[in-house]
Amino acid sequence: MAALGAAAPSTAGPATRAIDWQLATVTATRDETPTVRSFTLGLPGWTGHRAGQHLDLRLTAADGYSVERSYSIASEPERAGEVDITVERIEGGEVSPFLHEVVVPGDRLEVRGPIGGYFVWGASLGGPLLLVAGGSGVVPLMAMARHRARAGMTIPTRLLFSSRGFDEIIYREELERLAAAGDGFEVIHTLTRQQPAGWTGYGRRIDESMLAEVLEPLGASTRAYACGPTALVEVAANALVRLGLPPDRIRTERFGPTGT
Amino acid sequence: MDERIAEMRDDPAVDLTVDGNAIGGMLATMFGVDVTGSPGQCAHCHTVSVVGTMRVYMRGPGVVVRCPACAQVVMRIVKTPTGTYLDVSGASFVRIAR
Ligand SMILES: Cc1cc2nc3c(=O)[nH]c(=O)nc-3n(C[C@H](O)[C@H](O)[C@H](O)COP(=O)(O)OP(=O)(O)OC[C@H]3O[C@@H](n4cnc5c(N)ncnc54)[C@H](O)[C@@H]3O)c2cc1C
Ligand SMILES: [Zn+2]
Repeated sequence: MAALGAAAPSTAGPATRAIDWQLATVTATRDETPTVRSFTLGLPGWTGHRAGQHLDLRLTAADGYSVERSYSIASEPERAGEVDITVERIEGGEVSPFLHEVVVPGDRLEVRGPIGGYFVWGASLGGPLLLVAGGSGVVPLMAMARHRARAGMTIPTRLLFSSRGFDEIIYREELERLAAAGDGFEVIHTLTRQQPAGWTGYGRRIDESMLAEVLEPLGASTRAYACGPTALVEVAANALVRLGLPPDRIRTERFGPTGT
Repeated sequence: MDERIAEMRDDPAVDLTVDGNAIGGMLATMFGVDVTGSPGQCAHCHTVSVVGTMRVYMRGPGVVVRCPACAQVVMRIVKTPTGTYLDVSGASFVRIAR
């Protein structure tokens, strides 16, 4: 049971520390796409995270009403004292429109984390690595890709990334740079709604035959991480099992109904 | 057991489910540590699975946690103005790391 190994007290690391609410200061924001924005959170008391973990963010109104949402950590563990989160604006949502419209650098936000002892990846888990993302589901996988690059790892890694259209590809330029480094990192895009003229990537929702093609060069000992809207993660995880990956090598993070 | 999983998959509410990871913060506040990487055993089918792999429905008034193998309820968490109710009658154990 490799998955249980991560829970053993000797290797649990940050997972066994008490987790409490702390104040983060927004130090920068960056638009990734027309509907997705990244926020850099300065966290002097941050104890470090593992790639794939998330934090909880809490908003409290003057009358005491409060609401919490989870956001994956986008930045690599090597960056100390601050983390990036990347938030898709969900129309009609309680929290994400507030983050987009109201929050500016200098604001303080309550966060709790890092959280997650299961949907995590690091050198000790190894590869080859298949990352499957839908929309903002790319966020924790980006932390893994950034960690892999920053630590100089050459583990063969393929990211299958589903977006609605070309302009909606989150981290597009950085992903191009990572893929151009020639250290074994590849990105395969699929655009589900609109493809630009001359598009040579996939142009449909992620399905079993697409996963078979993307998985093939990596082989049967691949470790897979799938993240995004629940429906997409469901399809990907079931297809990967049918393609022969052992269930304990497939880890999932469902974001709920939102997204692509 | 398979029918119950099929039922769970056909249920439109399945789109609203997330993984056990999503309640990691809530559980950490209750237990003092992150238990998403810890094993728990389903009292119904006795499958041991990592808390982070359990299926969580959290859009209702409370949180319902289901076994990934048999889809039975393993845990329920309900927050009230006076406190938090934790019903773990569907679990034989959850290991909390030291
Ligand atoms: C572990 C984890 C990590 C995540 N990481 C990220 C991330 O990195 N980036 C990111 O953008 N998001 C992430 N999410 C999703 C995020 O937590 C929020 O769900 C998202 O931002 C929407 O929150 P909101 O308050 O804006 O919208 P909400 O107010 O929650 O509403 C969202 C949508 O769901 C619908 N909805 C709400 N309640 C119901 C209901 N009961 N029944 C049916 N439909 C309903 C609403 O109509 C709306 O369209 C993550 C989720 C999890 C669990
Ligand atoms: Zn069970």
